[in-house]
Amino acid sequence: MRIKHIFQTALKGLQANKTRSLLTILGIVIGVMSIILVVSLGQGAQKLILDQVQGMGSKTIIVAPGRQPTGPSDVAQVLSDSLRVRDYESLKRKENVPNAMNVMPLVFGGESSSYGNETFRLTIFGSTPLIETLFDIPVSEGTYFTDEDVRGRASVIIIGDKVRQELFGSSEALGENIKIKGKSFRIIGILPKKGQVSFFNFDEAAIIPYTTAQDYIFGIKYFHRIIIEADSEKNIESAVNDIRATVRESHDITIADKDDFFIETQADLANRLSTITSILTLFLAAVAAISLIVGGIGIMNIMLVSVTERTKEIGLRKALGATYRDILAQFLLEAVILTGLGGIMGIILGAGLSFIISMVLTNVLSLSWSFTFPVSAALLGLGVSGIIGLVFGIYPARTAAKKSPIEALRYE
Amino acid sequence: MSLIEIKKLTKIYQDGELQTPVLHGISFSIERGEFVSIMGASGSGKSTLLHLIGFLDDYTDGTYLFDGRDARAYTGDEVSKIRNKKLGFIFQSFNLLPNTTVLENVQLPLLYSDIPESEWDARARKAIESVNLTHRTDFDSSRLSGGERQRVAIARALVCNPEVIFADEPTGNLDSKSGGIVIDILQRLNEKEGHTIVLITHETETAKHAKRIIRIKDGLIESDMLVENRHHANDKLIHK
Repeated sequence: MRIKHIFQTALKGLQANKTRSLLTILGIVIGVMSIILVVSLGQGAQKLILDQVQGMGSKTIIVAPGRQPTGPSDVAQVLSDSLRVRDYESLKRKENVPNAMNVMPLVFGGESSSYGNETFRLTIFGSTPLIETLFDIPVSEGTYFTDEDVRGRASVIIIGDKVRQELFGSSEALGENIKIKGKSFRIIGILPKKGQVSFFNFDEAAIIPYTTAQDYIFGIKYFHRIIIEADSEKNIESAVNDIRATVRESHDITIADKDDFFIETQADLANRLSTITSILTLFLAAVAAISLIVGGIGIMNIMLVSVTERTKEIGLRKALGATYRDILAQFLLEAVILTGLGGIMGIILGAGLSFIISMVLTNVLSLSWSFTFPVSAALLGLGVSGIIGLVFGIYPARTAAKKSPIEALRYE
Repeated sequence: MSLIEIKKLTKIYQDGELQTPVLHGISFSIERGEFVSIMGASGSGKSTLLHLIGFLDDYTDGTYLFDGRDARAYTGDEVSKIRNKKLGFIFQSFNLLPNTTVLENVQLPLLYSDIPESEWDARARKAIESVNLTHRTDFDSSRLSGGERQRVAIARALVCNPEVIFADEPTGNLDSKSGGIVIDILQRLNEKEGHTIVLITHETETAKHAKRIIRIKDGLIESDMLVENRHHANDKLIHK
């Protein structure tokens, strides 16, 4: 019997019981749909997170004090004050790190601010004017402070959109003075509403010269981070090596294990985050896949009923010359068509639902969410549902094929 | 060489501990071109006999030579091929596929044959024509009368041009006129086309349309003789 006719026969068998066929595949539809939905949303979330990370620029290298913990028990050494002005100065020298285009120190911390009777808890970033380009946060009103302000420990401040709203409401903020830790800061610039940028929410932040922040706000002599921008992406690796050598020399470190700082690139961070989101997505998809097995059992159940119902037909076909394989193929194909159809419907529904959710996230929650159709998950879903058809179809199909023609014909 | 030759064929149905012997050792042979009626009361074992020689069921003991070869020597696939190519079956209850047209029903055995698909349509239409049902070709089989359904079944049995046609009480569910038409067709197939016919019946009048009658009683052959005053269904039929 030719494939084409096995297919036609199987299709005809299914058409005879349209409603039942449709209900039978519901389990598969839902299973595949949830897999597609989970994977599609997972990919969307991953893209969103990575976009945020990369919002800081792919050429960014971060030097942080302490060291990356090597395990859960490795908390002994918290060398949080290891990055000093000396390090910043030597990193800035072109001969030390030739591929560094920009070098910027960063201190940060939460503080209360007040204007009149209004108070607001904001995050203070102390840096140089380079923060504007490195974090891509230009002002919408006013100006940034200058290197001169940094040297002179000027009490000037640039505030985020939310800070302005909370402290000033609709009245003019530019040029006004706000108080932080008893010190008065003149507002010289206001940041536009921007939302989350690479884990920092500048809407609720204020930016001041790092010298001012160190001396008047935090009372520290070290930096929380030194941020370096490489001149090009391909030079990141050599820049990282130069930075490591420079800071080690500056810290008199000869054994690599004793590093009291660590270097992170945006690429590292992106990799780590995408690993985490991938594992999460995979895990959720695996949970969703369990429903496919439940769906498969449903298919097997209905196929067994169908085989019993059509015992006479099977007997007739055998009497007319159908072989064991012909009958086996017919019923197996019925099961595979059922699950395959369920898989296709699941993919369409899952993708559709994911698209609707992404529209809601974009338009209602104004996230920069993008819909992605998970091609690999779709192919996998289709493949797995086909395999489920084979696995759960084989028993009923064998039952059918093994029937003796005369006993089948006698069946009433 | 006989087409069908059975020697001391027995059949015992086994249902758990319970053994029900049906055939106690039956021997006869059927030559090509014969028209044989197998007669007997219900429970005599005539249907069981037909199922055994029709490769639909397995016998318990004895020998069955089909086309000179031991039936047990055929593999499963060869048996399927014999059923498809050399045997045609007509059942009392027609056994047509529901929700399927006459043409599709008649084409069903071709699906399992090695006859090229390009010939299917012509063959099926020819078979339908030979049972005078051309005007019903595209009808759903469930819309036909009993007599018409049995003629579709005959067309289906014919479509692969088998050597022998087994008819198991083909007129059992039909009125006498429809039954007459069915028997007439069988006679025609035997005389004009040379098909061997094995007809199972419990009615003497029907059996007398054959050339030879084998009577079965309690699982044994009671008599095996040629028909003297053979009936011709055609005599009684008024054709349109």
